[in-house]
Amino acid sequence: MTEHHPARLYCRNLTVGYGQTKVLRDVDVTIPDGRITALIGANGSGKSTLLRTLARIIRPSAGAVYLDGQPIAALPNRTIARTLALLPQNPVSPDGLTVRQLCRFGRHPHRNLLSRLSGRDEEIIEQALAVTDLLPMANTDLSRLSGGQRQRAWITMALVQETPLLLLDEPTTYLDIAHQLEVLEVLRSLNRNQGRTIVMVVHDLNHAALYADHIISLVDGGIHAAGPSAELLRPDLIRTVFGVESLVIPHPVHGGPLCVPLARHGAG
Amino acid sequence: MKHAREHHEDRRALVVGGAMLLLLGLVSLFGIMIGAINLSVGEVLSAFGGGKNAFIVMEYRLPRVAISILAGAAFGLAGVFLQGALRNPLASPDVVGITKWAGLGAFSAGLMTPPAWSAWAIPLGVMAGALFGALALLAIGRRFGGSTTALALTGVALGMFAQALIQYVMVLFPSRADQSMVWLAGSVYGSTGADVAALSLWLLFCLPVVVIAARRLDAGGFGDDTLTSIGLAPSWLRGGLIVVSVLLTGGAVAAVGSMGFLGLLAPHAARLMVGPRSRHLVPVSAVLGALALSIADLAGRVVALPNEIPAGIVAAVIGGPYLVFLLFKEKSRND
Repeated sequence: MTEHHPARLYCRNLTVGYGQTKVLRDVDVTIPDGRITALIGANGSGKSTLLRTLARIIRPSAGAVYLDGQPIAALPNRTIARTLALLPQNPVSPDGLTVRQLCRFGRHPHRNLLSRLSGRDEEIIEQALAVTDLLPMANTDLSRLSGGQRQRAWITMALVQETPLLLLDEPTTYLDIAHQLEVLEVLRSLNRNQGRTIVMVVHDLNHAALYADHIISLVDGGIHAAGPSAELLRPDLIRTVFGVESLVIPHPVHGGPLCVPLARHGAG
Repeated sequence: MKHAREHHEDRRALVVGGAMLLLLGLVSLFGIMIGAINLSVGEVLSAFGGGKNAFIVMEYRLPRVAISILAGAAFGLAGVFLQGALRNPLASPDVVGITKWAGLGAFSAGLMTPPAWSAWAIPLGVMAGALFGALALLAIGRRFGGSTTALALTGVALGMFAQALIQYVMVLFPSRADQSMVWLAGSVYGSTGADVAALSLWLLFCLPVVVIAARRLDAGGFGDDTLTSIGLAPSWLRGGLIVVSVLLTGGAVAAVGSMGFLGLLAPHAARLMVGPRSRHLVPVSAVLGALALSIADLAGRVVALPNEIPAGIVAAVIGGPYLVFLLFKEKSRND
């Protein structure tokens, strides 16, 4: 490629709307390669829509998403599926799948129309199961797993897809605090050990502070700020994005920012 | 590479499928033996070799038994693909109106062409009707965002519309209504060797797409976002499964009339017996569809001698309560 691309995944002048309502307006976003990026914003700010549009689940009404310099709408589905995987917020699976059977679907973009799974495919699945610590559960029904285990199973399926880019929509929602950390640790190790670029929508600012290198904040369907999480997480940002007064202090263990919400903006 | 649990499921499906096939063989044998003249097994065997009952067996009963198996299997397969495509266990070619459009097509073709043409005009009308119904379903469902719920509800509405049109035409042409009633209920009465050959050829023609659809069926259970993420276009997957279902339904309806209830019953029973994985579900649904239609035809012939009850009516009369029983069983298992 001769021309210069800001990153493998970026979008320009992205507008997304359902009917008359615009969820995103004229959004430019660049996802830094090899980093963990957190999308933050209040409910309805468009962060989930942005993630789904980046993953070509939603078609923009104007502007475009670019993957490796090409407009994503012009790329074959299968080619995209080898570069980028999305884990939706509430993924629906066929009934009665075991963890291993779920993971096998992740090999789809690497297979031909009717070819069977090769030994190499099974090997990749075993390795991914080891990374997410699900080997002992490989033959268990998805419906019998805990919330955190199930989320790890879906992450394993996305891993098996062997995509350099991994997009996750609220991967920690509905999980208790132990399972939230369990999932975030897995994502961090994927980023640090395998160099995967990770983009996730998160609600907990301290998760963003602790696990994300880069933060993109959205307000009312537009980008409010984007930058390194250590610089960006400040009381004024939290006030604009969430309407909440807060204290940001150095984390007593990690040294990064620790956000302590105080009260709704204007409530005193 | 398979694991112990998968081997266990394969074995179980093989045993269940084998038992059902055996039962199908028995029912078919009875189907050839029983009728206005009852034949013994020996007489049936000698008839195959050209004995004195060869005419009854070869010209009358064998085609009927064969068409029950083929059409029943086609309905069972059509149902399993449609349920997978719409991710809805209540979907069947009947429920989403495809059999009704097929019936309307046949009915119109029969009315608009001279009776002498009916041998090819009616099958053509069936396919045209079924395809029109399916295309309308996909086109309108797409306008509502193409979600599985939108498709299912659109299908129900379109089916009612077709049903109303059929009834309207029947009121307009009462002289043709009697004969059409039997056909709309579905019957294997009067099937000939030519019918068997036509349906066999049609199913053989459909076989490659059936195999591909069976390989893709499990993926239909994913949400559209996950399908897109793994590089499977949801509209192609679901649209393709629906088209395969329509091809099978059309062939079966052309042969035996509108008997869509089997398409709901067979996959349900199969799912309870061998579980939801398509490698087991698809073949067992086909066998159960064939078995259900064969039993319905046999029962319809012996219950009200010397009259016959069309197999489609028997299937619905036995199948309705059986489906309720299955649902209770499923519920108690989940509780």
